[in-house]
Amino acid sequence: MSRRLLTGNGAAAWGARLAEVDYVPAFPITPQTEIVETLARWCDAGEMAARLTMLESEHSMVTAAGAAAAAGARVFTATSSQGLQYAMEMIFTVAGWRVPFVMVNVSRALASPITLEPDHTDVLSARDAGFLQIHCATCQEVMDGVLIAYRVAEDARVRLPAIVNEDGFYLSFTREPVELPDPGAVRRFLPAFDPGSAAFRASHPASRAVAVLGGAPYSYFRYEAHLAARAALAVYDEAATAFAAAFGRSWPAVERYRSDDAEVVFFMIGAFATKAKDAVDRLREAGERVGLVRPRLLRPWPDAALREALAGKRAVAVIDQNLSMGMGGVLAAELASALHGHAGMPMIVPFVGALGGRDIAAEEFFEIARAARAAAAAGVAPGPRLLYTADELREVRKLQAIAHAERPGAGGTR
Amino acid sequence: MYRIRFHGRGGQGIKTAAQALGTAFFLEGFEVQDAPRYGAERRGAPIFAYVRAARAPIQERGVIARPDAVLVADETLVPVPAAGVLQGLAERTVLVVASSETGETWRERLALPGPVLALAPDEAGGPLAGMACAGAAARLVGVIGRERLEAAVREEIGKLGAAVLERNLAAALAAYDALAPHAGLVAEGAPVAAAGYRPPEWIELPRDTAHFAAPDIDAPATSVAAKTGAWRTLRPVIDYARCNRCSWVCGTLCPDSAIAVDADRTPRIDYDHCKGCMVCLAVCPPHAIAAEPERARAEAAE
Repeated sequence: MSRRLLTGNGAAAWGARLAEVDYVPAFPITPQTEIVETLARWCDAGEMAARLTMLESEHSMVTAAGAAAAAGARVFTATSSQGLQYAMEMIFTVAGWRVPFVMVNVSRALASPITLEPDHTDVLSARDAGFLQIHCATCQEVMDGVLIAYRVAEDARVRLPAIVNEDGFYLSFTREPVELPDPGAVRRFLPAFDPGSAAFRASHPASRAVAVLGGAPYSYFRYEAHLAARAALAVYDEAATAFAAAFGRSWPAVERYRSDDAEVVFFMIGAFATKAKDAVDRLREAGERVGLVRPRLLRPWPDAALREALAGKRAVAVIDQNLSMGMGGVLAAELASALHGHAGMPMIVPFVGALGGRDIAAEEFFEIARAARAAAAAGVAPGPRLLYTADELREVRKLQAIAHAERPGAGGTR
Repeated sequence: MYRIRFHGRGGQGIKTAAQALGTAFFLEGFEVQDAPRYGAERRGAPIFAYVRAARAPIQERGVIARPDAVLVADETLVPVPAAGVLQGLAERTVLVVASSETGETWRERLALPGPVLALAPDEAGGPLAGMACAGAAARLVGVIGRERLEAAVREEIGKLGAAVLERNLAAALAAYDALAPHAGLVAEGAPVAAAGYRPPEWIELPRDTAHFAAPDIDAPATSVAAKTGAWRTLRPVIDYARCNRCSWVCGTLCPDSAIAVDADRTPRIDYDHCKGCMVCLAVCPPHAIAAEPERARAEAAE
């Protein structure tokens, strides 16, 4: 075992290397490219036995990943934002094939306007596809998450592909100390993929993923995938328990940080959850009973564990780093679906922030906690509050003034 | 926790500087977080990178708003608002500028409350400026030994070959030695306390008209106003004695349309907008275009 500084992308690559994957269909996109570059270098140097193939698009890349997994190979791939969107047709399709592989998504906000910086709208758009989703807050979690994801995805009770998500920039390009496990210990935790009779062989032609007409077979196949995803809740718990026993790091489906006696809890996914932890520590120093609850598993949705973590709290401040236009934040709605109709659940106080890489200041976490407490005291749940300051609007107004300025002599204006 | 920001331009090794300092802290037993931040990845574009180091695991993330030290590898960035060099500077923040002017001059010019040090250009300069800043930062925090810094530079640069490593080691260690009188000047900052915090000035966004609220630029010819020639490190120079007046190769293949052709078929380079990609040099059939380093030209002009 060794501890070294790795970026989130480096940790993702190490996850694939330690999982001893057979095949890596790849396509570059910022801020993901470093993952496939690293794997390509290792494959070239003979440090990894995998075959890495550059496809001509993410659409083909995900198709190749699914097809190779159907042949019984252990497959790793990675993408981000616009690339995930380009692959979206096949994201839904390959999940229906009931084949396991792991894809790291490096979250980056979606166009338009186009940007390179992160939020979670990209990965949440794949929420309904049938992929499992593990969301990471640290570089260590990225590497460990890849290993856990293979174990859950390949389990005969599940057999679905999995996304392991890391935030662009805040994890992808950020180095932190990461503990690299011993390859032998990883092999014991994650034995070679055994597809059993499910593996496609050219010598035994068979039809896979056939078309159906009529709602009865369609409903059956889709709902079976749903049941498999639900079964992944228990399989994840088993895998996380086994991982903790083997490596001493515990990654439960729902993380609770100083939340047991908390009155108000922050609720969020991804890298900024560690900032929320920092805010929790500061608020505790000021005598406030505040904590954090973070779903690491987003699909399947660990609703029972969330209810257990949140029962008896006064307010849960949901910080969504995504935006569903015309509704608000996705996590707030998802959480409402888990809590509604159950006794003793806290008021949901929704916030939307950190879109396109925007920071969340420590003072904003303090204010979120105060606002959530006030809403609970008033007994009225407010609508989503965008984390956006007067100064930021001034900055945008300045850009708009330049963008819409008329320049005499420089050609036609509207 | 130490919170240190590096500013420079693409090509000055700013990302590498943060990694060298991060690794030096790590070798000293600190918990570390280091990261670069950039938009378009290109030579000459403003870039910054940051390092956090603490004895306990680090939960803070993202851009450092309240730095303990800011190190600037390129003094021309200081007055560029978009570069954000002066963001969050407080009385206790140490500013280091690679410059031939004195720290006191910079301090008065910028009306700064805190200490300002200049890193003489022979300790900085060009592609080694970032590494000099890393060496300076390592000395200023006062908790990193010379041999740890050296080991960190070896770890980050060693893969680039012995010659590059030697130059980087020399730059880092020269700055480290030069700042010996200021060892420990940079102190660990405290986190923002929750008691008595200043609340954010949140607003409701107004709903603007669709045209105004779409990411459009109505103003025409903005690319003319942006003098991208400043990005250039190499200048293509046409030897008109060799130019065969083909009238189209360099001008057509210039990706920035920065080469116009006169009526008599003579190509003219628009140096306000030529970024110095050297495509013209590569494609010119009679080899009539040469590359001249801008730095050498500027020094000759002085």
